[in-house]
Amino acid sequence: MIDDDGGQADAARHEKPLFKSHSDDAQPASKRNIRTPSLTSGRNIVPREGVAGQALLTVIAIMAFLACLTLGAVFLVRDTAQGWQTDISREVTVQIRPYENVDMEQSIRAASSLLLTFDGVEKVTVLDDEASARLLEPFLGSGLQLDELPIPALLTVSVDQSKTLDYAAIAKTLSEEVPGASLDDHRSWVDRLNTMARTTVLGGVIVFILVMTATVLTVVFATRGAMAGNKDIVDVLHFVGADRVFIAREFEHHFLRLGLIGSLSGGIAAIFLFLALGVWSSTMKATPQADQMNALFGSFSIGGWGLFGIFLVAVGVAVLTGLTSRITVMRHVSQLETYGGRQKN
Amino acid sequence: MIQFENVGLRYGLGPEVLSDLSFDVPANSFQFLTGPSGAGKTSLLRLMLMSLKPTRGVVRVFGKEASRIPRDAMPDIRRKVGVVFQDFRLLSHLTTYENVALPLKVLGKDEASYRTDVTELLKWVGLGERMHALPPVLSGGEKQRAAIARALIDQPKVLLADEPTGNVDPPMARRLLRLFIELHRSGTSVIIATHDMGLMDQYQARRLVLNEGRLQIYD
Ligand SMILES: Nc1ncnc2c1ncn2[C@@H]1O[C@H](COP(=O)(O)OP(=O)(O)O)[C@@H](O)[C@H]1O
Ligand SMILES: [Mg+2]
Repeated sequence: MIDDDGGQADAARHEKPLFKSHSDDAQPASKRNIRTPSLTSGRNIVPREGVAGQALLTVIAIMAFLACLTLGAVFLVRDTAQGWQTDISREVTVQIRPYENVDMEQSIRAASSLLLTFDGVEKVTVLDDEASARLLEPFLGSGLQLDELPIPALLTVSVDQSKTLDYAAIAKTLSEEVPGASLDDHRSWVDRLNTMARTTVLGGVIVFILVMTATVLTVVFATRGAMAGNKDIVDVLHFVGADRVFIAREFEHHFLRLGLIGSLSGGIAAIFLFLALGVWSSTMKATPQADQMNALFGSFSIGGWGLFGIFLVAVGVAVLTGLTSRITVMRHVSQLETYGGRQKN
Repeated sequence: MIQFENVGLRYGLGPEVLSDLSFDVPANSFQFLTGPSGAGKTSLLRLMLMSLKPTRGVVRVFGKEASRIPRDAMPDIRRKVGVVFQDFRLLSHLTTYENVALPLKVLGKDEASYRTDVTELLKWVGLGERMHALPPVLSGGEKQRAAIARALIDQPKVLLADEPTGNVDPPMARRLLRLFIELHRSGTSVIIATHDMGLMDQYQARRLVLNEGRLQIYD
């Protein structure tokens, strides 16, 4: 085969660009100048399609979604538990059991005045018969005549939370002075709630860490795959003198972009889910299920900080993706740069 | 520039491909590396490139023992060594211009700063009309010249060329040879691995002849 310009040899001898003598057998200049082709392909040294798999994008999106969901749930549980705690510790209850030959009215008055002598007790409310009946309705049916039953009286005591009350002392005095009276400061409930909330948050954090670890490992594998798929390019870059940082950057920006798109879509999906749950729970307010949900989870409002946290997680996943691929490439290229490190090929 | 001292090489548990090589590639020299196919020319070039480590002996590059060169100094040394691979190794998704400009781009240089140099060199090797073409549409000879241009663009101290005329007809081979001679005159040490006797007859130069793992030198 005769090469297309092989006949016009010896460019070097004439020290004159071959290009000139070449142009007369090419197209007429006027025609050629209509559109001068660009010198650059506009493509990256490591082409995007060689790296950015749809599958990886999906995995990152799912991981980010799960991470954000976990984070949102942790926020939710923490906030709700705090709400319960403040509600509970704002009130204590005093129960007065009916005694033979003791006038209940008098006991109630005695207990109330005694309670009010303690610094920090703001208000004592007696649960009236109607309220008691409502409380007992699920157990005893409606239309109760409370007068006929030996029902204990309940006093709700509002306390000033800024003062620390010695509940043990109050309980002791109360039971000594008023027969049948006992104090319930809900301590055991608060403790249980605390424990449950702490366990849930801890569980959330563990799940979060697991999801992040899985993300990092996925990106490590994907980067290795991308490098194996672009081995020729890595080799050429290496031989023309590219250092580790340059080669890593060529891969990194693909992964960063992929991480950003994936994690933002995952994060946005999570935010939408929470918003949708919030809207759902507020439109369903009237139903018993919704009341239950509300009692458990508040109103699904994860709040501004929660949203900000989710956004941070999304950005974090993207950065983690970029960083992981960078470190993976750097390691690989370091090995190439080590004398004898290429021995395998 | 490059020195070998009692260098031996074997692949895995195989026989010694190269044994007991001691020679010197002086600065600003020109030599052919020759021998029958399978004699170990490519292997020898890879030893010089430090992409292979010898089983025995010492390789020195730019006065430094290869095994003592810190990893971080390797890219700098690679930039001083131009390579033309037997299979060109052009990046097929980049234009000829971009391929040739790669060694400069890798240094982090701004495109505007090398644009003229690259287009000049491309015109000089007769690829002025093909700068914007992608390698898959280039002819064998054009690819060869693009690969050579890439090796030359950053004015290396040493040029290693593996069968650089293997895919072209004799007139083109002559023309490429002239390119190397020109490069040598401008101060680069040139090593051309070839088994093409016709090519070597055209230029009086030092010959390193490999045969059965041994090297003979004809100055
Ligand atoms: N990567 C390798 N692994 C094992 N043997 C190899 C490898 N590369 C080359 N060889 C062997 O080394 C010998 C020399 O090969 P090579 O250096 O390519 O010779 P040349 O370039 O002179 O044709 C051959 O026998 C070849 O089979
Ligand atoms: Mg060979």
